[in-house]
Amino acid sequence: MDVLFEEWRQIVDGFWETIQLLVLSGLIATVLGTLLAAMRVAPVRMMNAIGTSYVNVFRNTPLVVLFILVVFGLPELDIQYTYFEKAVIALSVYTAAFVCEAVRSGINTVATGQAEAARSIGMTFTQTLGRVVLPQAFRAVVPPLASVFIALTKNTSVAAGFGIADATATLSALLNNDPQAAVALFVGIGLGYVLIVAVISTGSHLLERRWAAAR
Amino acid sequence: MRLRRTRATLIFAALTTAMATGACGEAGEDGESSGPEAEVVEDPDFPEGSQMAEYADAGSITIGVKTDQPGIGFQGAGDEAPTGFDIELGKYIAGQLGIPEDDITWEETISDNREPFLQQDRVDLVLASYSITPERRAIVGQMGPYYATGQQLLVREEDKEDITGVDDVNGVEVCSVTGSTSLEQIEEQGGVGRGFDTYSECVEQVRSGAIDAMTTDGAILLGYEAETPDELEVVGDEFSEELYGVGYFPKDDTDFCNFLRDSMQKAIDDGYWADAFEATLGESGIDTPEAPTMDECA
Repeated sequence: MDVLFEEWRQIVDGFWETIQLLVLSGLIATVLGTLLAAMRVAPVRMMNAIGTSYVNVFRNTPLVVLFILVVFGLPELDIQYTYFEKAVIALSVYTAAFVCEAVRSGINTVATGQAEAARSIGMTFTQTLGRVVLPQAFRAVVPPLASVFIALTKNTSVAAGFGIADATATLSALLNNDPQAAVALFVGIGLGYVLIVAVISTGSHLLERRWAAAR
Repeated sequence: MRLRRTRATLIFAALTTAMATGACGEAGEDGESSGPEAEVVEDPDFPEGSQMAEYADAGSITIGVKTDQPGIGFQGAGDEAPTGFDIELGKYIAGQLGIPEDDITWEETISDNREPFLQQDRVDLVLASYSITPERRAIVGQMGPYYATGQQLLVREEDKEDITGVDDVNGVEVCSVTGSTSLEQIEEQGGVGRGFDTYSECVEQVRSGAIDAMTTDGAILLGYEAETPDELEVVGDEFSEELYGVGYFPKDDTDFCNFLRDSMQKAIDDGYWADAFEATLGESGIDTPEAPTMDECA
């Protein structure tokens, strides 16, 4: 148990790295995923095809493979990023595919009449989507999006093997120094992840409750 | 891409040559005939109920080794058995138990799982660049040291003027294995540690220019330098001391520890230790060192 208190500084640093990865990749993935979802419902064939291919490729590629492509592939092509940036690229590109599908399912919950009404008063596709459909879609999307972010929280640990000193890497380091404290370390670091997940799901519940009334 | 193909061709050529020479080697061994021959004791006599008697009677033993450290413990894709200094010494200890090398099961142990594997009896011994530390000795036995090395730096050939030793690492990104002591050590020296899952991934980052240096025990780095001497270079003096020990369990089995110590002492005295070193780590061109004095078994 003591090791958790003695090494708290290192553990906090590790989780700080995890949280930075989570927040940054979460934001980028949300923006990218929403754009992709818009492409998938756009009236342009080409855009549909791009959106669909993106989702099929990145949702079906194991995250570790993506990390290997970004971390080992890019330097071979002389494209240099910092390790943090590379981790964010891999995580957001991967998560965007899941965000896209969540948002698309949300769009499908909005009655067709809404889009038709918007179009009949002369709104363009972008206006229809941005002002009428997406605001209603996001309401339905809160719970599945929360699941995507919870999965992302755990996925950030993959970065530990690719040059990032996150909470999982800290666990590895502390374990190596003090193998006797294995159980305490696993439980302690595990609880840290549980805490992050708890924050995400609480946030999602609050949003859901708040927006549900308007429905 | 072109680079990759050239490297693949080279590896292929090397493999073909290795296989061809292997075919001409003696006794149908899988190509690694360079190491010294470990003596297999006929019908060794051990006190009943001891760990030694247990393994000798079973006629087999499982040894935990590294498989990604050239020169120490390395197993390439498609290799039947690992090779390296730790492997040769493992064969010798098994031989003292009357177990020929064909009856040794090599199990890969990574830095994180060596203690659990010993405790759960998944391996009987660990010879896996296993540094002796008080924390480890509190839960498993570590007989040794049988080899002393220290942390060094590996850089690209063209950078050896810029990074000449540990004094130049301030603010420089240096990779090693996630969670290793080497990584912590380099951060204490002012470097920025970058952890990877394996040493081979780390060395690949140095080769591709994504990172400037790699750090871990000099012995391991020398193995990588020996693979591509005109691409990589080990620089600077050792800035830590790592003493390798043989891991066993339970830690208070003094008889077993004494047996391991006697076997290792015999290997040192009869020249096997030095021969094994020359055939493995010595390939990188370093002189064979003196074997360290081993601790008494308590």
